[in-house]
Amino acid sequence: MEALATPEMIAKYEPVIGLEVHVQLATNTKIFCGCPTGFGAAPNSNVCPVCLGLPGALPVLNRQAVELAIEASLALNCTVNSKSIFARKNYFYPDLPKGYQISQFDQPLAEHGFVEVSVRGETKRIGVTRVHMEDDAGKSLHEGFKDSDRYTYVDLNRSGTPLIEIVSEPDIRTSDEAHAYLTEIKQVMQYLGVSTCDMEKGQLRCDANVSVRLKGAEKFGTKAEVKNLNSFRFLKMALDHEIARQVALLESGGRVVQETRLYDPDADETISMRSKESAHDYRYFPEPDLAPLRISEVWMARIRERMPELPASRRQRFIESYGLREYDAHVLTATRPMSEYFEAVVAASGDARAAANWVMGDLAALLKQEGKEIEDSPIAAERLGQLVKLIGEGKINGKLAKDIFPKMVETGDDPDTIMRREGLTAISDEGALGKIIDEVIAANPKQVEQYKSGKQQVIGFLVGQAMKASRGQADPATMNRMLKDKL
Amino acid sequence: MRISEADIRRVAELANLALTEDEVARMAQDMDGILQHIDKLSELDTTGVEPMAQVLFDAEETATLREDRERAPLSNADAVANAAVTSGGYYKVPKVIER
Repeated sequence: MEALATPEMIAKYEPVIGLEVHVQLATNTKIFCGCPTGFGAAPNSNVCPVCLGLPGALPVLNRQAVELAIEASLALNCTVNSKSIFARKNYFYPDLPKGYQISQFDQPLAEHGFVEVSVRGETKRIGVTRVHMEDDAGKSLHEGFKDSDRYTYVDLNRSGTPLIEIVSEPDIRTSDEAHAYLTEIKQVMQYLGVSTCDMEKGQLRCDANVSVRLKGAEKFGTKAEVKNLNSFRFLKMALDHEIARQVALLESGGRVVQETRLYDPDADETISMRSKESAHDYRYFPEPDLAPLRISEVWMARIRERMPELPASRRQRFIESYGLREYDAHVLTATRPMSEYFEAVVAASGDARAAANWVMGDLAALLKQEGKEIEDSPIAAERLGQLVKLIGEGKINGKLAKDIFPKMVETGDDPDTIMRREGLTAISDEGALGKIIDEVIAANPKQVEQYKSGKQQVIGFLVGQAMKASRGQADPATMNRMLKDKL
Repeated sequence: MRISEADIRRVAELANLALTEDEVARMAQDMDGILQHIDKLSELDTTGVEPMAQVLFDAEETATLREDRERAPLSNADAVANAAVTSGGYYKVPKVIER
């Protein structure tokens, strides 16, 4: 493994990073044929003459793929071009049966967008150069078969799956910004339903162009392209590694070579795949089998109209109309189901802050424990809202609510029913509370003596005893006050 | 000559073609002739004419799109029928090494 730069060396440099993100569009069928796009089918069973690249087969563009791509482009603040053109990108590889990828080159679907990310409290705008549509290649399996030393196995089910490629400007300066950018893209795509963005299924993939330059320098350094950044953790690790590698090269008097490098997460290093200078010349030319894609204002307006509220504006709205802290707003808008659940709890309870605390606290803990997503929550949002409302109305206190909560999971009953059935209503009647306090004082003469002789902290013990005697139905603050008065 | 033998070798490499020396010389001749012929087109004045990628240019916006509806794919047997080597439903190719 080559030497990496020290933090002091790295501090002298500024990384310049641009990301290329591939997103699989959530269509039923492939981009140019009617084969299903499902994951996990038997090998080479979702294929037809078009996606197998058989001679004479002709591609026909999927309308839904176009609409999803337009939604994605609009959400990334891009200008959608009224006319875009498909082009052939020519290269040879066994999982590319046509011998070319159908992509877009000099006239892409959309351009000039941006994404806003927030890193350590600072908001930064990262430019989106372009969004274009293309078809995916098939899958090559190099390992795992008994004759894998001699053969590569090819499954073309994925061939022709619709993708968009989102290319960023070289505006990213740290691995944290890259992480935030990819997170934002994933969130936006999921909110829109444009993609499920499951990285394990290859529905969200990321390559990075990385260079470094001395701080203050204007000229960009020579960049390397790093591939295989297919998890959020790998993205950060690979970028940090690549930055350190380049700085070490420059610091030792070497130079960065323009090339493609593959990230190996096991070794935490990047390996040179091929030198870009000689290997590739894609000889793009307009795809003669597809007409230019024309998108009218009317069509675009129709798509714009049906788009949901996006995470950034939902976050802002949560902060402004619910008085949430920025961090909480981030957590509660992380996914669309999460934000919808939260809003349903607010609607049922009328208390946004308390709703936020319950969703991010007890509910989150419950989901984590059961390994469930919020859309499969064992407690419906309306029920949780009722619980929060009972607290707000003073019918139960926080302690009782925490007892009722697991019973809601267990029985599936609503909190009101459980409260009544178990007699778990809060005792607010001062007469009843006074009786409990008298009993506690009588039962603990030693502690009462200690308190009276100045040992103030004993009050905690006495409140605890009183709470226990009330079966948690009393309000501890009231208990505390009444005990002090009495003593 | 508008095209060199080095150009021919490069294009052949990209197209995965192995050409003999004789073929390289002949291809250079042929392609040069083709390019000269194409040059004829450049003599036309195309000022104000939008570059055209496709003759279907004036089709309605939706005319060339299909609905997102599934069509039955080929059977696996049919899909791999023409392949030289297969196994377990996969195509098998000689071990791929990235160029």
